[in-house]
Amino acid sequence: MLLCFGFISTLLSNCHMQEDSTFNSSEVISHAEHPDFRVFGLLTFLVSESLMFAGFFATYLFLRETAKIWPPEGTEVELLVPTINTVILVSSSFVIHWGDTAIKKNNVAAMRLWYAITAVMGTIFLAGQIYEYLTLGYGLTTNVFANCFYLMTGFHGLHVFVGLLLILGVLWRSRRLGHYSATKHTGITMAEIYWHFVDIIWIVLFTLLYVLTR
Amino acid sequence: MTQLETPQVTDSATDRNLPKVWKWYDYFTFNTDHKVIGIQYLVTAFAFYLIGGLMAVAMRAELYTPDADLLDPNFYNALMTNHGTLMIFLWIVPAAIGGFGNFLVPLLIGARDMAFPKLNAIAFWLNPPAGALLLASFLFGGAQSGWTAYPPLSLTTANTAQSMWILSIVLVGTSSILGALNFVVTILKMKVPSMKWTQLPLFCWAILATSVLALLSTPVLAAGLVLLLFDINFGTSFFKPDAGGNVVLYQHLFWFYSHPAVYLMILPIFGIMSEVIPVHARKPIFGYKAIAYSSLAICIVGLFVWVHHMFTSGTPAWMRMFFTISTLIVAVPTGVKIFGWVATLWGGKIRFTSAMLFAIGLLSMFVVGGLGGVTLGTAPFDLHVHDTYYVVGHFHYVLFGGSVFGIYAGIYHWFPKITGRMMSEMWGKIHFALTFIGTHLTFLPMHLLGLQGMPRRVAMYDPQFAPINHLCTFGAIVLGISAIPFFLNAVWSWHYGVKASDNPWDALTLEWTTSSPPPIENWVELPVVTCGPYDYGSRDRNIAEIPQTA
Repeated sequence: MLLCFGFISTLLSNCHMQEDSTFNSSEVISHAEHPDFRVFGLLTFLVSESLMFAGFFATYLFLRETAKIWPPEGTEVELLVPTINTVILVSSSFVIHWGDTAIKKNNVAAMRLWYAITAVMGTIFLAGQIYEYLTLGYGLTTNVFANCFYLMTGFHGLHVFVGLLLILGVLWRSRRLGHYSATKHTGITMAEIYWHFVDIIWIVLFTLLYVLTR
Repeated sequence: MTQLETPQVTDSATDRNLPKVWKWYDYFTFNTDHKVIGIQYLVTAFAFYLIGGLMAVAMRAELYTPDADLLDPNFYNALMTNHGTLMIFLWIVPAAIGGFGNFLVPLLIGARDMAFPKLNAIAFWLNPPAGALLLASFLFGGAQSGWTAYPPLSLTTANTAQSMWILSIVLVGTSSILGALNFVVTILKMKVPSMKWTQLPLFCWAILATSVLALLSTPVLAAGLVLLLFDINFGTSFFKPDAGGNVVLYQHLFWFYSHPAVYLMILPIFGIMSEVIPVHARKPIFGYKAIAYSSLAICIVGLFVWVHHMFTSGTPAWMRMFFTISTLIVAVPTGVKIFGWVATLWGGKIRFTSAMLFAIGLLSMFVVGGLGGVTLGTAPFDLHVHDTYYVVGHFHYVLFGGSVFGIYAGIYHWFPKITGRMMSEMWGKIHFALTFIGTHLTFLPMHLLGLQGMPRRVAMYDPQFAPINHLCTFGAIVLGISAIPFFLNAVWSWHYGVKASDNPWDALTLEWTTSSPPPIENWVELPVVTCGPYDYGSRDRNIAEIPQTA
């Protein structure tokens, strides 16, 4: 139970922070206004996030270098679904960018369309990942390669999920007339940046875990 | 430093119906004012300091005799683990970065608040549950493996408690990352426009370097701890050698954070030193730029020294060589700072206030601790004294004689600003004398113990070490007693102390241009910077003598 508490509170704090800085367009009531640094703050946060992934990548490389056979027999990765997934995720970065371009031209409808498509693509990615997990034939505890594989892809999947929530949040908020415009779209930009980040991490992850393992 | 000739017109608190001052219960809420958050951090940290200190006294009482006759050895292990963890993660780091950083940074740069006030409050409120989790782990036996939590020990002992320990650290780590992010954005973006980069107070440079370090290293620890958590609870084997894992991997991940954590604990203190010394020596700080850049240099080099904790872990020779050299290089920017402060003191009109006494005390202690660090950083010597009391003596000199003295100096210096009242100088001096004597008495003999071969982390030891251990325990009792005048003084002065003027020390940095305690949103009209923060007696001889209250 405490475990759950720790996890949930950590997650909440992360998500809350995202939500807080992404969606909160009403200014903080009790404080003098200052220029909007949220994008800068997000970038700083993502630098930090990438170091966490770097920790996992380092772990993977360390274990790979010290292992006799890599990956151990019976735990080869499957390539078809992940490749399709990669194509989808990488192209979704372009799609979300078109959404950002659209809002800069004050076209909320087009932005909503592109963001909705991105959300669908993200969902397909997650579904593909779950399908992959179900069909691989080995689990988290099989061996040290499987440990790394599930932990790293799972952790990335969690980030995709958070990104998805951000996009859905943008869509939810954009229902309100005039909530986003050509001059007021920090939340949209931040969701986009986060999505690109998730994408870049996936490219490194895919190269390390899938391509170089073959 | 400032004049208000051409004030910048911005909204002030009164325009938006904010309360004039906070009530006592506001300090127990999700308040977004940086000053409230700073005080919340400080008070919480001091509470944990007391708890951690009592643990230390209990351990030293056990170590008075060679046999484990006072505490159960398992309980001793739990105390040892949680003493280290509490003192590092819930005392020094939150007090130095969270407490002083939050309270001072916006005031020093002329801002009304931090860049992300809500995020700031979230970062603070992760700390109390983390501390509760850590203390609750005692109900499950307490984590047994020391604050480093090296596997396989941490995998085989007290699993529930160890998991709670991990989650607690992850919570504090999250808090630290969010706080650091806030500092980076605040310092880089929110300086009052009239302040040049070369007029940025050195404390801000130090906090900037600290935050970059925290942002880059903390997530790696989190990664390592998540792996450990999975190993303990979900059957993975990252650190289980019999199943293809590697224990040295954990050490790399752990020390990639935990060595920089040393600088997380000392860099803000260096910042406090750079603020306190010139004010009380009435001289411009010697080598402003050198001190500012040395913070950044420590930040960068500090990321490349972690393996010096692992010289005995079977590291290859080239690694020992590389990390010995990089470790010794860190001594250079640190030396730059030390010499800067000494040169500032040289020929100054030194006022021996409590704050200044602690700052000078820190200087002497840190030199001893730093020299011990140089010896330990060289692989050939480290191989002999690794995991002995020499190490314990060394890091207590830098952490107690360094960080804790710095926090005390900061408290005595900024207490009037924080509370609006002065602390009793007489009790401050008694506090200093007891602490100074206690520190040397406790930690200096530990170096001897280590050289003679007494291992650290043990409840029982060879009787030949008993006499020196008596001395250490006696010192620990003095140290324990030394906290009493401080806490009484702080609590009493907060209520009944002499009312402080806006600028009781005649200092030139911006925080002294507003009232004591500062109003909500800090200034009615933002100050304009007209001279450097440490121009005591330099350009204008009178400037040091005239209170710069705007």
